[in-house]
Amino acid sequence: MIEVRLQLKYSGFALDVDLQLPGRGVTALYGHSGSGKTTCLRCIAGLERAEEGFVQINDEVWQDSRKGLFLPPHKRALGYVFQEASLFPHLSVLANLEFGLKRIPRQQRRVDMAHATELLGIGHLLDRHPQHLSGGERQRIGIARALLTSPSLLLMDEPLAALDSKRKSEILPYLERLHDELEIPVLYVSHAQDEVARLADHIVLLSDGKALASGPIGETLARLDLPMALGDDAGVVINGTVCAYDEHYQLLTLQLPASQLQMRVAHAPLALGKQLRFKIQARDVSLSLQAEEHSSILNRLPVTVTQEIPADNAAHVLVSLDAAGTPLLARITRYSRDQLQLHPGQTLWAQIKAVAVLA
Amino acid sequence: MPLSSADFSAIWLTLQLASLTTVILLIIGTPIALWLSRTRSWWRGPIGAVVALPLVLPPTVIGFYLLLTMGPNGYFGQFTQWLGLGTLTFSFAGLVMGSVIYSMPFVVQPLQNAFSAIGTRPLEVAATLRANPWDTFFSVILPLARPGFITASILGFAHTVGEFGVVLMIGGNIPNKTRVVSVQIYDHVEAMEYAQAHWLAGSMVVFSFLVLLALYSSRKTKAGWS
Repeated sequence: MIEVRLQLKYSGFALDVDLQLPGRGVTALYGHSGSGKTTCLRCIAGLERAEEGFVQINDEVWQDSRKGLFLPPHKRALGYVFQEASLFPHLSVLANLEFGLKRIPRQQRRVDMAHATELLGIGHLLDRHPQHLSGGERQRIGIARALLTSPSLLLMDEPLAALDSKRKSEILPYLERLHDELEIPVLYVSHAQDEVARLADHIVLLSDGKALASGPIGETLARLDLPMALGDDAGVVINGTVCAYDEHYQLLTLQLPASQLQMRVAHAPLALGKQLRFKIQARDVSLSLQAEEHSSILNRLPVTVTQEIPADNAAHVLVSLDAAGTPLLARITRYSRDQLQLHPGQTLWAQIKAVAVLA
Repeated sequence: MPLSSADFSAIWLTLQLASLTTVILLIIGTPIALWLSRTRSWWRGPIGAVVALPLVLPPTVIGFYLLLTMGPNGYFGQFTQWLGLGTLTFSFAGLVMGSVIYSMPFVVQPLQNAFSAIGTRPLEVAATLRANPWDTFFSVILPLARPGFITASILGFAHTVGEFGVVLMIGGNIPNKTRVVSVQIYDHVEAMEYAQAHWLAGSMVVFSFLVLLALYSSRKTKAGWS
């Protein structure tokens, strides 16, 4: 359990958040620039000092302004990945990695050099100097360097924002491995919805220094009362479990969480029982009153309408749906809404045109 | 032999004075420069200006005030007398003090620029990697500011070697104690010993040129912060 209460004022900006976050997995701090997400992260790290603040990471209290407690950053068991890798230019890659490692008492080390270099695929770079590395390589080293301090919490401040899309896609798989293989909770600051959808288990939506929402990613992305639902790439993220593979058609069958509902996606074979995360965009979901058997659309789910709101343009509406406990979003025309006489509680079929497998 | 033994002892004294001054300036100049490069305090301006004063003041002005403060009736002079050290005017220790003040900006400013160029990010990175402030100073700031330290040492040393006015005001012209090269040249000229003056002055020109040559050719393209 991570508890963060922060109050901080600058001229023209105030941060005021009170967050209870899961003590494991990846929590995204999501918001536009200027929303206070980086300030929030810096306060948690102690790089900035919130006038009023309480920061507790599982059992460790890092700040409690009521008791006058404020640990300086070097006394907090954290790893911090900056937007630019910020490697020390006077040290080799190996010495950069060892910088944090050698300051951690041996009995407190939980991540060793072999593990960290393997996890981030940087074993071949150890003798190099930071000046001779690509942006993606530098950032991977920055991440490994932070991990080698065996942190209780890993803070990542838009680690991919300074990279082009090719480098980004080069690093994302490594971040997913961290997520899958390490027990370290991660706070991940980002303004890119695709990164958040891919990595985060929990999302905090920040705006003007306040938390608009904080909740599990699947539910939160499907909430119509949050500005994210209005965006063009609005959609939901679902963790499915692999339950069958059709070799002939090369289709993977996934079971939705806590239900018997299944979906099929074109994908390489995967072991049964493995979790696969995928995204369904609101614009790829259409609604119909009957189950249309004669259609090229592969996935049809029985759903119940929960809510409906106007979209960002006058021709469309956004509909939130419940598929046996899994929330979905559909963006349909206002015309279709009236044709279907859509109303909350109505049951119908959601046809899903495309499923984007994230990881 | 073109240089007399008096010339050599003047050279030796000058080197001693410049080395000692440089060492002292690095020790006291580093925290001042660090403070000036980091602080947001209101005092930053006034302190920075005071440190830079010797750049613009005639050495005689500095020498005059030092003479007054270090003399028997000055505050500092009374303090040294109370300590049983007598007064520092017309002594080697007095020259060192004068030189430290006179050469201060030549050490503090390159250091301050070097520290400012490092910025705060590397220090934050070091802190998140569990380095305490002292550790960070030795393992990050010092190595990253190395070019600044080299420049500061060379300029501090060379500027002290070239000092004349302050020395004459507070040190006078005592062989082996306060008679440095610049004063010795002045003596030679006063005594119409132009040949002697030529040799010593020429050596100074060569020395200064070599120092500056070393300084400017060591300034390669700066390694970027990545």
